[in-house]
Amino acid sequence: MNAAGLAPVLLLMGLAPLVQGLVHRTRALITGRRGIPLLQLYRDLWKLARKGTVVSRTSSGLFAALPSAVLAAAIGAALLAPLGPGGSVLRFPGDFVAFAGLLALSRYALILAGFESGSSFEGMGASREVTIATFAEPALFLCLAALALVTGGRDMSSLFGSPMARAPLLAPALILVAGSLFVLLLAETGQVPVDDPTTHLELTMIHEVIVLDLGGPDLGCVLYAASLKLTLLAALIAAVLVPPGPMHLPWMVAGVAAIAVVVGVVAGFSARIRLDRLPQFLTAAVVLASLALALTLR
Amino acid sequence: MTVRATSDLRNRWAVPRASIPDVGPEEFRGALLAAIGAGGRFVAYFGMPEEAQHVRIYAVVEDELARLAAISTRVLDRFPSLTPDCSSASRFECEIAEQCGVEPAGHPALKPVRRHPPDHLPSGRAAPAGFDRNAYPFERIESHDVHEVGVGPVHAGIIEPGHFRFRAYGEEVLDLEIMLGYQHRGVERLLETLPPRRGVLVAESIAGDTVIGHAEAYCAAYEALGRARKSPRAQAIRGVALELERLANHLGDLGAMAGDVAFQPAAAFLGQLRGDCLNLLMMLSGNRYGRGLVRPGGVLFDVPEPMADEIHRRLEALAEGLRPVLDLLFEHAMVQGRFEGVGVVPQAWCQSLGLVGPVARACAVARDVRHDHPFGIFRFAHLPIATAWAGDVLARALVRRLEAQRSLDFLLERVRSLPRGEPRVPCEALRPDELVVALTEGWRGEIAHVVVTGGDGQVARHKVIDPSFHNWPALGAAMAGNQISDFPLCNKSFNLSYAGHDL
Repeated sequence: MNAAGLAPVLLLMGLAPLVQGLVHRTRALITGRRGIPLLQLYRDLWKLARKGTVVSRTSSGLFAALPSAVLAAAIGAALLAPLGPGGSVLRFPGDFVAFAGLLALSRYALILAGFESGSSFEGMGASREVTIATFAEPALFLCLAALALVTGGRDMSSLFGSPMARAPLLAPALILVAGSLFVLLLAETGQVPVDDPTTHLELTMIHEVIVLDLGGPDLGCVLYAASLKLTLLAALIAAVLVPPGPMHLPWMVAGVAAIAVVVGVVAGFSARIRLDRLPQFLTAAVVLASLALALTLR
Repeated sequence: MTVRATSDLRNRWAVPRASIPDVGPEEFRGALLAAIGAGGRFVAYFGMPEEAQHVRIYAVVEDELARLAAISTRVLDRFPSLTPDCSSASRFECEIAEQCGVEPAGHPALKPVRRHPPDHLPSGRAAPAGFDRNAYPFERIESHDVHEVGVGPVHAGIIEPGHFRFRAYGEEVLDLEIMLGYQHRGVERLLETLPPRRGVLVAESIAGDTVIGHAEAYCAAYEALGRARKSPRAQAIRGVALELERLANHLGDLGAMAGDVAFQPAAAFLGQLRGDCLNLLMMLSGNRYGRGLVRPGGVLFDVPEPMADEIHRRLEALAEGLRPVLDLLFEHAMVQGRFEGVGVVPQAWCQSLGLVGPVARACAVARDVRHDHPFGIFRFAHLPIATAWAGDVLARALVRRLEAQRSLDFLLERVRSLPRGEPRVPCEALRPDELVVALTEGWRGEIAHVVVTGGDGQVARHKVIDPSFHNWPALGAAMAGNQISDFPLCNKSFNLSYAGHDL
């Protein structure tokens, strides 16, 4: 347990809704609108925290635990992610498997919550979410494997502990890893071109439709967990690309902000990919990661 | 072509009812089947209550050369259905059964169209028992692998109510059934009972986005029956308003289609341009949707010269802004990837389902009232018909783009050179025992108002056919085999009216 690593985790957890706001704002500005305020998600969370919830009659007792499970798993993943100079809060050999597992658990709880509502929309969204995950997870593991080969590490802190500085010659592979992680980020956090977070059309939704029947603190948990996931993945991409040094934390924050802006730009300039072509797009993440892996093999 | 040989109709020309052939039900069926089989299509096909508990059934068909003809028959409680041999008759016959309480004998799939009690029953007759408007028989597929998704009538967006029942295998739609009728207001009964000065307000409300189109067709029918000769100026102003409405709606729809594929830049700018068009309608009429402009005998407001100059100036600015936005939308590879090959309407359906408007024109069927039955200013100003051939969402988007540009060209050319004349002339009393078919090319397609007067010079039947009535079945059929997530996009490319269908 690395207590010193707690401060950066708490900082990024606090900034997560702002990162989400940055993505929204960038996309809005590109499309010629002013967009919602940067701090809107904080207000939404505060509003939702004070509300009650209505639960579908078809749901079982399990439902009540699911939104908090979504959030808890995301926070658990944050504790495993090396966000500060001293590495991650929790650190043990092979913890990257736990990291991927916690992200999967978070998604699984969300999918289950969708099914619990008993609506055919949510079922549809859940099945789409699983389809995306099927393609996203191998890419994530390939990325981690490439990083392990570059750094020779066995835990998240060494995997993401300034790989650029340790193996500058492998920079091309690291850039490919970052590209793969970026595609993963678009998919995992439901950004255009994978999903459209602003649509009202329930038949086309992926992430949004699962939370249609959530309300109040439950919805707050899920929304916050989504912004946290976005921030985490952005931080990992930044860690892969950003050089190490005493300025680690400011670099990290600046990197996360820059990636949020890039996500907004990509979302603003692209249209959604047709759902049956999504696997092809996600395969790009697998291909990028495989290439990185091939470059690092010695 | 017996229908053709016995009666001759022209758009907006009232003819005596006696001139329309009155034949027996079997001969009626045979003549219509021959006319449709020879490449014709139904413009209207409706029932009208008559004395002695009988129902008069009129059919107006357009042949391959866009000539109109009408035929009628008189039936008591049943008539031989055309549907087994002519699929495009199906919904018209369901409507006749629902409105007039007569049974199309042999109809294979009799379903309520709007689920309302019969409102055109002959006096003294009770509503038939065999037609339960509350029990809508949905098709069913019994399978563990097929799931049903019901959407609506309450939707997530601010749109009208309608129920969509998808039967899907995974993401693939096997079948889509659309149940409408939530917006039924009894428009036809209202139009038959209200005097024209109030009726025109109802006509403007048939479909909230087709105010000019429906008001124009309504007024054309009354002007024909009342022998009013509109001034060229009034006709030109109506044409300008009609094309402004088309421009506003096509631009709005293109923007909405961009929004549906999450391509926000085009969605935002096209939405703004649509607003600019609506503001021009506001200048013309005092209402953003053009209410209060078109009235029997002409238009209520003249267009003074400074206003025409101002409209021209704003349209020029709009044209300048429009081109880059449309290029942005149509040249974006990801947008093309979403539009292409989705919701394909085969050309054969245009005949078998009787499709009209941009939906038909996107299948290379050159069907346009402004061209086929020119009226008003369109007798002098010829707008080229915009067609595409693929029949998919991209083709419908292209047709709308072309039509928007041609409407814009028309407006720029005409708005500053309006002919002279009084904006409005009085209408005489309606001639008794006449029938008129008034067609207008609204932005969705052919709008038909068929008005029949009785012996007392009062309106005996006012039949309204919105283009949506023709085109709704095509949307359901076009979805089969597509991804369920593509439905909103496909739906938007048709953008049919619920209110116009439900009346």
